[in-house]
Amino acid sequence: MDSPTGGRPIIALRGVSKTYKRDTIEVPVLAQLDLDVAEGEFLALMGPSGSGKSTILNLVSGIDSPTAGRVVVAGVDLGSLDQAALAAFRARHVGFIFQSYNLIPVLTAFQNVELPLLLTGLDRRQRKQHVLDVLGIVGLHGRSEHYPRQLSGGQEQRVAIARAIVSDPSLLVADEPTGDLDAASATEILDLLGRLNREFGKSVVMVTHDPRAAERAHRVLHLDKGVLVESVQRDRP
Amino acid sequence: MRLPIQYNLRNLVVRRTMTLMTAGGIALVVAVLVLTLALAHGFSATLVATGRPDNAIVLRSGSDSEMMSGLTREAARVIASDPAVARGADGEPLALSEMVVLVNLVRRGNPTASSNVSVRGVDARVLELRPDIGLREGRLFRAGMDEVVVGRNLGRRFEGCGLGEKLRMGGRDWTVVGTFDAGGSGFDSEIWGDAEAFLPAFDRSVWSSLTLRLKDPGALPALEARLEADPRLHATARIEQEYYRAQSQQLAAVIRALGLFLVVVMAAGAIFGALNTMYAAVGSRSREIATLLALGFPPRAILASFMVESVLLCLIGGVLGCLLALPVHGMSTGTTNWSSFSEVAFEFRLTPGILATGMLASVLLGLVGGWFPARAAARRPVSEALRAG
Ligand SMILES: Nc1ncnc2c1ncn2[C@@H]1O[C@H](COP(=O)(O)OP(=O)(O)OP(=O)(O)O)[C@@H](O)[C@H]1O
Ligand SMILES: [Mg+2]
Repeated sequence: MDSPTGGRPIIALRGVSKTYKRDTIEVPVLAQLDLDVAEGEFLALMGPSGSGKSTILNLVSGIDSPTAGRVVVAGVDLGSLDQAALAAFRARHVGFIFQSYNLIPVLTAFQNVELPLLLTGLDRRQRKQHVLDVLGIVGLHGRSEHYPRQLSGGQEQRVAIARAIVSDPSLLVADEPTGDLDAASATEILDLLGRLNREFGKSVVMVTHDPRAAERAHRVLHLDKGVLVESVQRDRP
Repeated sequence: MRLPIQYNLRNLVVRRTMTLMTAGGIALVVAVLVLTLALAHGFSATLVATGRPDNAIVLRSGSDSEMMSGLTREAARVIASDPAVARGADGEPLALSEMVVLVNLVRRGNPTASSNVSVRGVDARVLELRPDIGLREGRLFRAGMDEVVVGRNLGRRFEGCGLGEKLRMGGRDWTVVGTFDAGGSGFDSEIWGDAEAFLPAFDRSVWSSLTLRLKDPGALPALEARLEADPRLHATARIEQEYYRAQSQQLAAVIRALGLFLVVVMAAGAIFGALNTMYAAVGSRSREIATLLALGFPPRAILASFMVESVLLCLIGGVLGCLLALPVHGMSTGTTNWSSFSEVAFEFRLTPGILATGMLASVLLGLVGGWFPARAAARRPVSEALRAG
């Protein structure tokens, strides 16, 4: 409705402020921010370093809380949840993709992808099926027994994406997912994110410094000095 | 909700040097604990095995040990005829008047070291009253002769105690004509000879104790009542096995107390090691922990996982410690029993219960050493830890 692309909002920020305290100095990062992301939307967030892009992702995924304002994601008002409920919310609704993949080095690709499923009621057989399915989606069928250090950066990030989607969350948050990758691998990852958005209906919020990455999004927002400015608006297919 | 245990195992393997060093510290604590318990247990078991449950030992009332006791020949004769006492094939009461003295003997192979040994005067009835004891080599001493038999532990521990050797005590030379096997009990550390020959040699006129075979162990209270009722006898009776059990308690308690003190001191160091290792683990996996929390693992799953890791780490130490202590099982040693002032030989005895106690202690060390690091991990602020990289 009030979302630019017309779908139901998966994310709604209202009057959100975030101030970090460093010793006694208060560092205002976000001030009175409003943001709506529609279900099924692919949003890119750009902006200078330190502008608060990661902070927005943290607020949206409930690993940080705003100093003021309301954060509603997938219909849930995060301000009303305690730590345990926030953990359950993340497990259920949010898939994380990090710049440096953040795979657990001592676990195989299979075991890394399986982690979020340990938080569900699925039995071992069902978990195995899901893990193999998503490893297939990201094109790493034959790599399930590899450890992260035996994979290339692009492959590691694909394992991380498999881990992000294995429990079928509606929202993917990606913080510079191609930041550590060469151009070819970056293209693969962006293709994959686009496919997850189109074919599997995942809403994606991606922070990036790379204009070529931002081109994949329906909408690009620039964050500067606490203000969001819309720069590009493409029609959704 | 639980993180897989392979996660912890692999992390321990990846950090194997640290793991082994920490586990080594735990292993030492567990080994000392296990050895202490095995020592105390071996000592108690030796003395407990020394008596029989159907024998009664009669001492002068008020004395806790044979060393401090004394019974006149007359009293011994009266008590032996008590109706509670079983009779032998010859119709005579199964009663043994005994005389115990301590003799200082020189250790074999070390002329400057010596120790007290119990010398017990008995008569030919002794093997009838103590049927678990048998001659191993040679023969029994003959009445009225300057002959002795010795327990199996003595020959290699003291000069003059080997078969055929001569032993000087009470101003006379005694020939060792036999050795006996008392099944590892305290008697194995004694020298036995003819009581009637010992009395004049050691300048004694009274018995130390009287050992009786009871028709029925349940008859003890009645026997005691009769002893008490006759003030001339001035004697008290208890079950022989109970008597030796009580003899072991004081020293066993001291062994345990000293050993456990050592264990506690060492454990403090080992816990510090575990604490350090786990803090290092938590510190180096900061981002990993944040990632798990971001994925939706609740803080208590992180807490549990690090506790599991700490316990696993210490369990490795527990197993190593038990393995370290294992070869000592059955090894023999000797100590002066504080209740009888004589040296008793006994063996370290490792039991499944003692090993289980050692493993339990390692788990405990893991829980204590893991708690603060695990809590620190679980309380990690996610967004900060993710930034820290
Ligand atoms: N936990 C924190 N404590 C203190 N200050 C913080 C914290 N997290 C973020 N900040 C500050 O908030 C501001 C925004 O940080 P944020 O990580 O959101 O920036 P960003 O836009 O993601 O930057 P980059 O492009 O470098 O990743 C920065 O000035 C940062 O130093
Ligand atoms: Mg950032």
